[in-house]
Amino acid sequence: MKKRVVSVLLVVMFTASIFAFAGCSTSGGSADVVKLGFIGPMTGDAAIYGSSAEEGAQLAVAEINAAGGIDGKNIELVAYDSKADQTEAINAYNRLRDQDGVVAVIGGTLSGETLAMKDIMVQDNMPVLSPTATAVEVTQAAPNVFRACFLDDYQGQAAANFAATTLGAKTAALLIGTGNPYSEGVSEAFKAAFTAKGGTIAGSESYGTADKDFSAQLTKIKEMNPDVVFVPDYVQTVGPILQKAKEMGITAKFVGADGWDGVQEEYADAAQGNYFTNHYAADSPSETVQNFITAYKKEYDKVPNSFAALGYDAVYAMVEAITAAGSTDSADIITALKATDHAGVTGTLKFDEEGNPKDKEVTIIKIDGGQLKFDSTVVNK
Amino acid sequence: MDHIKKKAYLINTIAVVALYLVFFVLIQTKTMNNYFVGIAIMTCIMIIMAMSLNIVAGFLGEMALGHAGFMAIGAYASASFSMALIDSGLPLPQLVILILAMIVGGIVAGIFGFLIGTPTLRLRGDYLGIVTIGFSEIIRIFFINFGPTGGAAGLKGITRLVNFHNVYWVTIIVAFLIFTLGRSKQGRAIISIREDEIAAEAAGIPTTQYKVLAFSLAAFFAGVGGALYAHYQSFLEPSKFGFMFSIEMFVIVVLGGLGSITGSIISAIVLTVLPEMLRSFAEYRLLVYSLVLIIMMIFRPQGIFGRTEFSLTAFIESLIQRKNVKKSIGGGEAS
Amino acid sequence: MNLFLQQLINGLNVGSIYALIAIGYTMVYGIIKLINFAHGEIMMFGAYFAFIAATSFHLPVWAVLLSSMVIMAIIGVAIEFVAYRPLRNAPRLSALITAIGVSLFLQNLALIIFKPDPKVMPKIFPETIYKLGEIEISSTTLITIGLSLFFMVLLDLYIRKTKQGRAMRAVSEDKDAAILMGINVNRTISLTFAVGSALGALGGVLYSVAYIQVYPTMGVMPGLKAFIAAVLGGIGIIPGAMLGGFIIGMVETMTKAYLSTTWADAIVFAILIIVLLFKPTGILGKNTREKV
Repeated sequence: MKKRVVSVLLVVMFTASIFAFAGCSTSGGSADVVKLGFIGPMTGDAAIYGSSAEEGAQLAVAEINAAGGIDGKNIELVAYDSKADQTEAINAYNRLRDQDGVVAVIGGTLSGETLAMKDIMVQDNMPVLSPTATAVEVTQAAPNVFRACFLDDYQGQAAANFAATTLGAKTAALLIGTGNPYSEGVSEAFKAAFTAKGGTIAGSESYGTADKDFSAQLTKIKEMNPDVVFVPDYVQTVGPILQKAKEMGITAKFVGADGWDGVQEEYADAAQGNYFTNHYAADSPSETVQNFITAYKKEYDKVPNSFAALGYDAVYAMVEAITAAGSTDSADIITALKATDHAGVTGTLKFDEEGNPKDKEVTIIKIDGGQLKFDSTVVNK
Repeated sequence: MDHIKKKAYLINTIAVVALYLVFFVLIQTKTMNNYFVGIAIMTCIMIIMAMSLNIVAGFLGEMALGHAGFMAIGAYASASFSMALIDSGLPLPQLVILILAMIVGGIVAGIFGFLIGTPTLRLRGDYLGIVTIGFSEIIRIFFINFGPTGGAAGLKGITRLVNFHNVYWVTIIVAFLIFTLGRSKQGRAIISIREDEIAAEAAGIPTTQYKVLAFSLAAFFAGVGGALYAHYQSFLEPSKFGFMFSIEMFVIVVLGGLGSITGSIISAIVLTVLPEMLRSFAEYRLLVYSLVLIIMMIFRPQGIFGRTEFSLTAFIESLIQRKNVKKSIGGGEAS
Repeated sequence: MNLFLQQLINGLNVGSIYALIAIGYTMVYGIIKLINFAHGEIMMFGAYFAFIAATSFHLPVWAVLLSSMVIMAIIGVAIEFVAYRPLRNAPRLSALITAIGVSLFLQNLALIIFKPDPKVMPKIFPETIYKLGEIEISSTTLITIGLSLFFMVLLDLYIRKTKQGRAMRAVSEDKDAAILMGINVNRTISLTFAVGSALGALGGVLYSVAYIQVYPTMGVMPGLKAFIAAVLGGIGIIPGAMLGGFIIGMVETMTKAYLSTTWADAIVFAILIIVLLFKPTGILGKNTREKV
């Protein structure tokens, strides 16, 4: 009997807590604050991407508020963790819309979570500007979804052109992260563009998302002896790969994509003399870029990566659109977003009819003495 | 006896319909916005997953740590099926497509459950646990490398067919089926294996056959859950069905009480809603979640319900009885 | 041939780390029949403490290893005392869930304390590359393999020759009989956690040196692999864990080298499943007859 009482009590407690949870829902959208939503992974394996983009976005919000906000109204960035999980992302988005009453969303950070939310976002006609989701489908058949980054294939093509033309490479080896759509997407484009330029792919090796041991793959690549090795992945994977490659005495040039941003910090020696494609150059004389880097370093005590830069730009572009629209009405904001012409850290942001950045230039960066040096720019036509 | 059974059915049916009506009104009047509806749908799917896992973990008493793999099979199979069906242009109503997709997802997952269960169920305890993890990881790696379902980038463009109304009734039906299974001849045979395999065998129960049956049925319902998940998310990614997701389901079942269907239901509700309640804690969220888990297990290691079921009829009767007792006491004082 | 030998060394390197971590799993399992899911996180914290010792305090190598091992031994004992001891007589699956809870807790604690960005582990071992013909072996690899083997031999001696070691074996054989023999079971279990966690921490440090990084989720995959290794060798049997570790490391490297990198993990699991189907208690496991 006592047991049953305890169980009943537990049940009552939980039901009560659920109702309490429903009850505490606040109606969003108070008059003097404009709320923007942010969605990205902040826990789990992909935590670094979401938190970097959020830091960039929060920095932009702080700057805009210090400069008077939107027509005197302060902006608030409501950021939720997606755990890189689709279900979590959908719940987070629903919550942003229904509980917090956001007028627009910066996110998602990863392609997968953004694709999961896309259908509902389109139904709601919510103004969405993803800083970093690179999968092609993100903006397709979604007039309200925009993105600030260039697409995977655009970047892969630029890297291949650079490797074949500027570096004069004849053979290339690929090292691809399977289970990582970004790495796979960029590699595919690189492969196609590199062979189109008359180069040969000496071979491609791959590793799983959680792999940390690359010695088997690199031993094989060393045997292939290619001119360049293309490794499109993020710093925390690329760093150890470069380090291991150096230890093994691989002499080929390594080329990568925007995920490399930040590699000069901890892996300066290993990355010395290699190249990657990026959204901006840290040594650019542009005031916007320098201001961003200084402010970010001051705020977070570390060097920004491309996720942070894109998060920062996305907020600025979105705020510009809201200001231009003169209202927080979804349709007005979307119309204003279409006409975006924002000179940001990652170059000039304009959108084509699909909502992708138009004619964005790809910057080639060389790692030299622990610094990222501007090398050249490529615009794919 | 028959009369009591009838009464129980009646009370439970009334409760189920009443609960539905409450939700129906809340949704129609927009008191419950899409955010809560979304959580409710996910909760229903997790309830199905937990109940189906309970067949193996609770009734049969085996450690199965690869339930996400069967869910993945069901999700991918049903999604491919419904996409092909919609492409073929047959003028079928959405509900029919969803039902067909669920059946396909369930059957395909069930077949895999049979194929995997037959050789592996000779193993016991932790060894079976690790083998089920192994199979579920192999399934996930297969979907990462399998081009026709989108590989690592995921399967896109699945039609969203699931809403709260249909997912609620599917959950009720599945709950009814699994509950009936637990009370049936087969169910009792399966439970007897948990209690004492050797004694069960001595009593003439073909244990291997029943083990495989339990495993396949669990896989079937997991496939149904996967089908619902696919048609709610409209997008599938192999990374979702990782090892941690299986663990999450297992946690739900143990926390609810092994072998208790009502326990699984309550526990699925708690553990799906809890992380949402903690959303504003940002990075402290999972810290709190794990603490709750540890504390609950220390203070109630047999789970919320243990092996018992929560019975609405018994609950109501005990309420009435208490009132009567009170009345009689009160009456006694008055006289 | 050279390529093969090179890959063989790569395999030994990974395998020795898996073996170290697997020992912790197996020891704890042997004594309280609990799969300590938090072991991967112990390894991760061990790596973080080594990182702090090396970068903030600039301790010498032996002190880095020792401090990390000692701290993790204490934490391991504390975890057992707080989270597992209350559940000692509870159903085994409840204890398992608690272990999962502890694992999640430690992982997210690390996320909050250390932030998600991977830290780069400094090279705490002197770095030279030895050439044997065309095969290259780095000193880190040699030290990793050497240290692992050294501690495994030490552990084996400890378990077989000392009084505490005998007590551990007695408790894992039959707890009730051990109590009757006057063995302090609680103390023996604590000691087991201390030794297992210290070896896990060492594994973590070696892993982070070999693969350069330290981050909150670093324990998950090697933890799972080491767990597989322990089961493959026959869980509860210490030499089995060592053997399993080397086998998993070798199989993983060789599949990546000669079969397929995308399917490497799947093949590791497939081998595990096949072995268990033919030898249900693992390679070195004893077949126990079920008693009626």
